[in-house]
Amino acid sequence: MKNQYIFHSGKILPLSRDNVDTDQIIPKQFLKSIKKSGFGPNLFDAWRYEDEGYPGQDNDNRPKNDGFVLNQDKYKGADILISKKNFGCGSSREHAVWSLMDYGFKVLIAESFADIFYNNCFNNGLLPVQLPEEVISQLFILSEESKEIEIDLIEQIISCEGNKLTSFDIDPFRKQCILEGLDEIGLSLKHADAIKEYELNRAKEAPWIFNTYE
Amino acid sequence: MPKTLYDKLWNSHEVSERGDGTFLLYIDRHLIHEVTSPQAFEGLKIAGRQLWRISSNIATPDHNVPTTDREKGIEGIQDEVAKLQVTTLDKNCSDLGILQFDILDKRQGIVHVVGPEQGVTLPGMTLVCGDSHTSTHGALATLAMGIGTSEVEHVLATQCLKASKLRNMKVVIDGELSPGVTPKDVTLAVIGKIGTAGGTGFAIEYSGPVIESMSVEGRMTVCNMSIEAGARVGLVAFDKITEEYVKNRPFTPKGDEWELALSQWKELKSDDDAHFEEIIYMDGSALKPQVTWGTSPEMVIDVDGKIPEPNSESIQHALEYMNLEAGMKISDIKLDQVFIGSCTNSRIEDLRLAAKVVEGKKISSDIKRAIVVPGSGLVAEQATQEGLDKIFIESGFEWRAPGCSMCLAMNPDQLGDGEHCASTSNRNFEGRQGYGGRTHLVSPATAAASAIEGRFVDVRELF
Ligand code: SF4
Repeated sequence: MKNQYIFHSGKILPLSRDNVDTDQIIPKQFLKSIKKSGFGPNLFDAWRYEDEGYPGQDNDNRPKNDGFVLNQDKYKGADILISKKNFGCGSSREHAVWSLMDYGFKVLIAESFADIFYNNCFNNGLLPVQLPEEVISQLFILSEESKEIEIDLIEQIISCEGNKLTSFDIDPFRKQCILEGLDEIGLSLKHADAIKEYELNRAKEAPWIFNTYE
Repeated sequence: MPKTLYDKLWNSHEVSERGDGTFLLYIDRHLIHEVTSPQAFEGLKIAGRQLWRISSNIATPDHNVPTTDREKGIEGIQDEVAKLQVTTLDKNCSDLGILQFDILDKRQGIVHVVGPEQGVTLPGMTLVCGDSHTSTHGALATLAMGIGTSEVEHVLATQCLKASKLRNMKVVIDGELSPGVTPKDVTLAVIGKIGTAGGTGFAIEYSGPVIESMSVEGRMTVCNMSIEAGARVGLVAFDKITEEYVKNRPFTPKGDEWELALSQWKELKSDDDAHFEEIIYMDGSALKPQVTWGTSPEMVIDVDGKIPEPNSESIQHALEYMNLEAGMKISDIKLDQVFIGSCTNSRIEDLRLAAKVVEGKKISSDIKRAIVVPGSGLVAEQATQEGLDKIFIESGFEWRAPGCSMCLAMNPDQLGDGEHCASTSNRNFEGRQGYGGRTHLVSPATAAASAIEGRFVDVRELF
């Protein structure tokens, strides 16, 4: 299902900041949606537009902040996002991941990611890659030069024009999930018997947890 | 082998290894609110899956609810999109039989205030919620963490969370806090010290004399902001103070079950020689009231401090956004709004403290708006009984109905473009409290005192 990552090549969009938080990725006024799609036009809304956005608006006619990377022609079509430390910090809103995906990002690369955001990425099949500062600096230079990079998830290698830039680490199971698009809930439900047995024991030990109320 | 509190809680909830290095961790309680749940309920329905254990789930709307016109209930929500989200929660709960404290219920409030208040959160439990500040509940020796919407769906369907074990960090606060220095100042100072990513991958256990003598409410404030230090989990060991807090709450076990529970809860502390990968020491006696000046909670200094030099791109951005100059004194920042509320500081103790500071005084005429938003209907009721609402109103504050309110400004309570706000909430991110708004995180005491002066003041002078 998610085979795009076996070998993905694309241009890089550089977001040179630490602590890019989920409030920036998708501001709260857009969290009122009860759907998972349609967030792309409001990704980084406050940085991208010069006015305040609201849900259901025609975004094409809004004044754009030309200084922001997402609006620069040079980075048009870039679908690999690079950033610095602690990307995705802040609230647990999965809308942040949905927005990045809805916009078209396929891979996120940063020096580090916040825990909840990192999990949310995998749960949606968006690949986050953590790399050391030196390599990230190199990628920032490549983005300036509008170079494409290739990401090979099987071999866990990032390269540019056929030259290997770096390898990267990823948890083997998470890699498998991204590659095969596994159904996490289905997988966990294979352990249904173990869960039931646990509940029986726990109910003896700590019956109050299973009290029903009203 | 000696174990930490986190290890103990983890071990008692491990169901099985999934064969991939991750574990299924059993979830005792699941709290639900309107913003992060609709897509999870929909996912469950589309896959044709059942709710695993109905009674583990408890819901309340908090993020979107207006803090005025509460008696109108759902009809009081002007924003149609927000209204749909709240009614979607109503519908999901009634379809599936989930207990909800709805918008008109007096037990309604911010999930993280409601859980402990009701005894829904209990020591020794695992608890999750689709909200990063779920770390709050760790103050009761509960293994509590924030999750995303996919994980909400996973918990609804399996009563388990897929998890990997965190590492153990201990933060020891020695000494004794000076009068006017509060748990909020402790947590801000910790974040200032270890940074917003300092706790990433860790469960932080708070200990030391300052924590041991702190109320459960104060401990909640400290655990609440663990996530701002990057840690999904904050914890405090169970003790007499926890026991007194938990006793006789609506959902707390009674009679023999209470005795049985108590005998188990007494073990909820780290063994003497348990191993922590990192230990941080702080001198509580030396702590001063804290104020954030930037757009990340780690950008924090003492109230008598000066705005730092822009020696990095991030600081440069922050100073520009906040419209502040390096070298400026914190006390020179002019305030436009004051917000007392949020899951960090909207419990009765917080309101008592703030009321004590403003009693008999008037807020500065420079302040355009100052609001107090209690954390729950029951906090509001208690405050009213004690006459705190009157104290606030007489001094010029608005007294509002419970919810998240201006903490994230999803409802109409928002900052105007460029306005500076002294806020008792937990995030000073760009635009968090309103488009172009400039947030300074402080304690309820500092917020209250600063409302009177119209600028930041050292609240210790008043104690
Ligand atoms: S009060 Fe603020 S931080 Fe707490 S749950 Fe509500 S929005 Fe989140």
